[in-house]
Amino acid sequence: MAIFQSSAAEITIFRSSVGRKIIMAVTGVMLMAFVCVHLLGNSTVFFGAGAINAYAEHLHSLGPLVWVFRLAMLGLFAVHIIFGIQLTLENSAATPEKNVQIKRLRTGFAAQTMIVSGLVLLAFVVYHLLHFTVQVPGMGVYEFNEATHMTNVFIMVASGFKQVFTVLLYVVGMIFLALHLSHGFQSFFQTLGLNNDRSLPLFGAISKVFGVVILFGYISIPLLIIFGLVK
Amino acid sequence: MKLTLHVWRQNGPDEEGRLETYDAPAVSPDQSFLEMLDDINEVLVTEGKDTIAFDHDCREGICGMCSQVIDGVPHGGMDRTTVCQLHMRVFNDGDEVFIEPWKAKAFPIVKDLVVDRGALDTIIQAGGYTSCHTGGVADGNALPIGNPTAEYAMDAAECIGCGACVASCPNSSAMLFTGAKVAQLAVLPQGEVEAKRRVNMMLEAGKELGLGNCTNHYECQASCPKGVDVKFIAKLNREYIKALL
Repeated sequence: MAIFQSSAAEITIFRSSVGRKIIMAVTGVMLMAFVCVHLLGNSTVFFGAGAINAYAEHLHSLGPLVWVFRLAMLGLFAVHIIFGIQLTLENSAATPEKNVQIKRLRTGFAAQTMIVSGLVLLAFVVYHLLHFTVQVPGMGVYEFNEATHMTNVFIMVASGFKQVFTVLLYVVGMIFLALHLSHGFQSFFQTLGLNNDRSLPLFGAISKVFGVVILFGYISIPLLIIFGLVK
Repeated sequence: MKLTLHVWRQNGPDEEGRLETYDAPAVSPDQSFLEMLDDINEVLVTEGKDTIAFDHDCREGICGMCSQVIDGVPHGGMDRTTVCQLHMRVFNDGDEVFIEPWKAKAFPIVKDLVVDRGALDTIIQAGGYTSCHTGGVADGNALPIGNPTAEYAMDAAECIGCGACVASCPNSSAMLFTGAKVAQLAVLPQGEVEAKRRVNMMLEAGKELGLGNCTNHYECQASCPKGVDVKFIAKLNREYIKALL
């Protein structure tokens, strides 16, 4: 039988079901850490133009380190997305024909739509990068500051979030992020075996709260700007 | 009571299947689900029609042979209950009941509600055993194993290999089955010796058989007639990491 001929060398982490699940979990938790740090950085906008521009200048001054970080993020994203798609394709191939009646007892909407929320997030991240990082002319107001050799970040963000459609896009994007994380956070603990039968429900609850906190944290920025509460 | 049954009929693995409707006009609430199907089959026999094929053996909930998806849930969704131990009193007069087989690429349909669950045997053959020489039969309790460890291993060993975990999983993953066996053997001194090889070989077998990957839906535990806990999947993951490092 074929399975008994597999040598240990062939069974690598990139092939194994659990191996790839662990890769998903580790890249996922790193991306979650980025989501948290990014939110903390963004929240400087609440302290006014000076604060967020100073934060942006500080990041800018890191020079080549910024590019090291960007490449690392790109790598994390690529690995998480490629394995996510590969595992999803394998999973649908494992059930070529479904039952006529299907009743789920325990799983939830977020868990069942990880590939959907993930792909929507990919599209959102591309849009977000074009909007605020690449700064495609026409997508926003980009005022170049000669002194700092940088775009005025506060004007870029504040003018962007004065437009209803842009705010809507960001709110919808963050709803998908919250859904994705509300399953992803607790999945990390299960996948690395960092839980047991008692802590599993607790991690599940924390995971949902985490999703909600991230959602409200992020959408508070465009919402407070559009309602004129950040100046 | 009267029930209307919608039963999956399929002549063979490569044949087209369909739901067929049967009336069950005199169902006793004291009957088990399989006895109710026996009655239907008896009528079909007297009418000279092909009977509904379904798997069964002990009919006392311990062998793991019965395997039907009832109203969308493997074993019918009663807590810790196999199909054979599901009794008709949980249904109401006039109910429409859907009866379908396990559906997974790794479980080809043999006929009607009977599927080939040989995939689970193949996973066990790949590493779900111990092969170290332990000499003659040892005295009872000569090998000290703490009570919590023994209980943990027994909880994992409760798995009857029915395949409901695969059938309930949106990904058709057999990680609860695999995890239960890996965990049971890994915590015992006899099984610990081959733990690393076992986890790799059993996972590889699952992959080769076309079973899906676990994405933490936990449907398996919810439909498991023995209530095998997903903590054993976490244990499987820990064992995999140990083997990796």
